[in-house]
Amino acid sequence: MTRRSAVLHLALLAGGIAAPFVFPAHAVQFAVFWIMVLFALTWDTMGGQMGYNSLGNILFFGLGMYICALTQIGMVYDIAQYTAANGAIRVDFTDRQYFVGLALGVVLAALGALIAAALLSWVLFGLRGPYFAIGTLGAAIAAAELTNAWEYVGGGSGIAMPVFPGAPGMRERFFYAACMAGAAACYLFLRWLYGTRFGLAINAIRDDEDKAEALGLRTGRYKTVAWSISAFFLGIAGALFGNMTGFIEPLETAYPTLTFGIFMVAMALIGGKGTLWGPIIGATLFYTLREVTWTYLLGWQYIALGVLIIVNVVYFRQGVLGWLRERRPAWFA
Amino acid sequence: MWDSLALLGAAPILNVQLWLNGLSVGAIFALVAYGLALVWGVTSVKNLAQGDLVMMGGYLGYLLAEHGIHPLAALVPVAALMFAFGWVLYRLVIRRVIQLDLFTSLLATFGLAITIQQSLNLVFGPEVRTVQSGFGRLEMFGGMVDITEIRLIAFGLCIVLAAALVLFMKRSRIGQAIRATAQDARAARVLGVDTDRVYALAFSINAAICGAAGVLIATVWVIQPFYGIAYSVRAFVIVTAAGLGNLPGVILAALGLGVAEQYSGFVLGAQFQQATVVGLLLAILIWRQLALMRDRRVLQ
Repeated sequence: MTRRSAVLHLALLAGGIAAPFVFPAHAVQFAVFWIMVLFALTWDTMGGQMGYNSLGNILFFGLGMYICALTQIGMVYDIAQYTAANGAIRVDFTDRQYFVGLALGVVLAALGALIAAALLSWVLFGLRGPYFAIGTLGAAIAAAELTNAWEYVGGGSGIAMPVFPGAPGMRERFFYAACMAGAAACYLFLRWLYGTRFGLAINAIRDDEDKAEALGLRTGRYKTVAWSISAFFLGIAGALFGNMTGFIEPLETAYPTLTFGIFMVAMALIGGKGTLWGPIIGATLFYTLREVTWTYLLGWQYIALGVLIIVNVVYFRQGVLGWLRERRPAWFA
Repeated sequence: MWDSLALLGAAPILNVQLWLNGLSVGAIFALVAYGLALVWGVTSVKNLAQGDLVMMGGYLGYLLAEHGIHPLAALVPVAALMFAFGWVLYRLVIRRVIQLDLFTSLLATFGLAITIQQSLNLVFGPEVRTVQSGFGRLEMFGGMVDITEIRLIAFGLCIVLAAALVLFMKRSRIGQAIRATAQDARAARVLGVDTDRVYALAFSINAAICGAAGVLIATVWVIQPFYGIAYSVRAFVIVTAAGLGNLPGVILAALGLGVAEQYSGFVLGAQFQQATVVGLLLAILIWRQLALMRDRRVLQ
């Protein structure tokens, strides 16, 4: 690590820790920012580094959210009764129950998402190119619709999450710290991973899968592992986001294919896919722009999103980092 | 679920009802899927905005009906408008992504899909709408089975439209140029076909087909800004199941899908309808993959 990059990382760390104390009213927005960074990073592992463009990675986010919620509630109460009451039952969790449940929930969410990715990869990785994108989109929509129709987990009316036991204001800071830790862990892990043989292998799959296979790479295994890594972190993100929102339901919160699901792709593309920092820059730009303009667009926001995607992929394909690389090659020497 | 199955067993005549409804909707699916296959085959762009073009056509028909134009009379102007819209879309977006990798074109059309559905939502609101055609109902088997006359008319119109399209593709100069470009764009260019124009025509004709299909759907069923994605998925299911350039296959798969959806709606309940379509998509993709694996084993 050069000195300049060490300074940059430390500055980011300091800024990240200071943010919720400097702007306590916006702690939740900052926490969602870290989730967005994690989204873009995990999407890029598949889409950018490996060349498998998934439109349905949101599946693991929703899965993690539901697994965590069910673990937390199921530890102290009967899930069917809890969901059937539509939030009328408020279980008072003791501090211990809450935090043990949350910790166990996050772990199970991450593992559950990982297992789901491993199973799904058996089904979906025979598909290449656009078929893969459509197949994953289909899987995400199917998951949303099935959860929506499944009464045991609350169906379309959703689940009210356990209430955070700490003092007011603590809740935001706690989840902010958890989200930032998740994103940072994801970043550090991927940073390490892209430098290893594994990183080279998935880049080889992106460049020419058949040749990579002919050279003796077990492409199937690499693809499964890469997707499982994405799913692992997305499961954590889902678990944290569900607890932060306080109320989860399938179509808008857990499996929002058309918002978060497409944001992931847009952020990675805006920043420049296939790079480590591109997705982070993309997430920062996109999220800032979104937070600033979203409420002023008055119903036009999704139209703006669609237009942004079109403009991005049609006229600005290389992304911010790719554009900089063309303009200022010396910076990347 | 078992109750519904038992009901079907007790009154087999209900099957006729499901088949009639399924076939009449399936014919419209066939049109949409044919348009998708046309663009796919000629430009290799997989149009994820297909269903949203259908919804847009439906809303244009709705708008004209508000001004007292009968939906069947609205078919022609809506198709013409959508043709023009398709041309504009081609010039602005599709033209620039044809040469690029397939995911880029997929994402560009996904962006189009979002833009179109949200614009429809903004203009017409999220309510489910339908266009009144003013036709009656036809009762059969002593009132056990009934079907609206508009469904029969729509079914007939689908056949007429499909026949006209096939004739156009086979006989006309433009149709021949389109088919030539689909076979080998480079050779077609060498032989003097303006392929850029052909791409534009293919996309615009597809938009016109979607427009007509949308009007028909608005009359026999319902339209809603966010139902578009379901039609895109259906079209993909049909084309993937049938294979490109397999017209009889597309028609069979579309009619089959229409009937299958009616059965799943009846047996499992309406909330599973979308899940059924997507589930079928996954099933067909997996089946395709198994077939590919078999091929690979043969190669080894």
